[in-house]
Amino acid sequence: MRQINVEQIKKAVESAVIEANTNLPEDVRAALQTALTKETSASGSRCLQIILENAQIAEQDKMALCQDTGMVVAHIELGQEVHLVGGEIENAVNQGIRDGYRRGYLRKSVVSDPFTRINTGDNTPAVIHIHMMAGEGLRIVLLPKGAGSENMGQLAMLKPSAGMEGVKEFILKVVREAEGNPCPPIIVGVGVGGNMEKAALLAKHALLREVGRPNAQPDLAALEEEMLQKVNDLRIGVQGLGGDTTALAVNIETYPTHIACLPVAVNLGCHSTRRITVDL
Amino acid sequence: MKVIKAPLSREDILELKMGEEVLVEGSIYTARDAAHKRIAEAIRTGQDLPFDPNGQIIYYVGPCPAPPGRVIGSAGPTTSGRMDAYAPLLIKRGLRVMIGKGSRDEAVIEAMQKYGALYLAAVGGAGAYLARKIVAAEIVAYPELGPEAILKLEVKDFPCIVAIDAQGNNIYAR
Repeated sequence: MRQINVEQIKKAVESAVIEANTNLPEDVRAALQTALTKETSASGSRCLQIILENAQIAEQDKMALCQDTGMVVAHIELGQEVHLVGGEIENAVNQGIRDGYRRGYLRKSVVSDPFTRINTGDNTPAVIHIHMMAGEGLRIVLLPKGAGSENMGQLAMLKPSAGMEGVKEFILKVVREAEGNPCPPIIVGVGVGGNMEKAALLAKHALLREVGRPNAQPDLAALEEEMLQKVNDLRIGVQGLGGDTTALAVNIETYPTHIACLPVAVNLGCHSTRRITVDL
Repeated sequence: MKVIKAPLSREDILELKMGEEVLVEGSIYTARDAAHKRIAEAIRTGQDLPFDPNGQIIYYVGPCPAPPGRVIGSAGPTTSGRMDAYAPLLIKRGLRVMIGKGSRDEAVIEAMQKYGALYLAAVGGAGAYLARKIVAAEIVAYPELGPEAILKLEVKDFPCIVAIDAQGNNIYAR
């Protein structure tokens, strides 16, 4: 049994959200750098240069990479042996975000109700997913997710007869319809299986994977590589201006599903998909 | 590289061609979803607009708050498509240049051709980079909207590409 005071969680989240918004993850930066060496279009190269320069400036000036500092998604893996004290974990996470967005001069982009749309003024609440696991660990992954990319995601409840071809077509449809809006080059997160909400969760979770690390399952890894090629063959290009680089990666996650279901969700991440992991 | 500076006449922008790189200088107004909704309402009810759009430039952005000692926080473009419902109303009133990212719908492009307007794309996600091109910022209207308030910015060497010109040529249409 391990005791953790939620005050620790609050403090860790506060620093983490600032860092996530100002320091581009190394794997994304490396992928953008590689893309720049290969990009043959003038507009694509120019935009990639600016995007990489932006990452340097953000780190130097301690400014947000993008003005859309997003609505935070928190994936929490909580060990069953952990005993939380001092308050409720979701409140602690939200307080950490509140403090971090204030201290880091980050934009407050959350409205309290989808219909009346009054800004909450503090970028809370976050969307929080908590998963129990064995042991004493507590891992929090924070993903400040902007709306440009989030708005371009889609989900479909396909018929099983649509098969893998149907899934491939759907992935391409989503990317094609998104055009330049999600700020390509994108990371394509795909969830196949489960049910409606599980597919969506898988697709979002797929964005957390390090760019360039393929699926552990060889057949899915092959599918990811094939889809990355097909997505880039759409030639939407950096910022939708055409060119070789439309996506940095396609990450696919699957889950068992109902005999009559083939749910597929596609969630897009932008060229500066921001995520940070905190282990307590 | 051509410099774009308000106020601009129809003639000023007619010669600019899709795909051209330009630098924006001088005053630009910021407005996005909520501000556009209010402006459209003002037009519909015959009220005064918070600023005269005639000959002016609007930048679709909701910036981060300014850190101490800085003019503005991160300030890259937001997706222009969400303002498509409102843009023709403003173009009819003389709005000359829009800066954002992503394509526009047919009604916007038609209005651009009819009244003479230009659509420029700035690099989406380059919030910190573009903030450095902003030398002054003041609130013009709707402070209660927070990041969605209308600001007047002074910019220098603000790089854009002509995404849709006044003839309706669209860089996103391929």
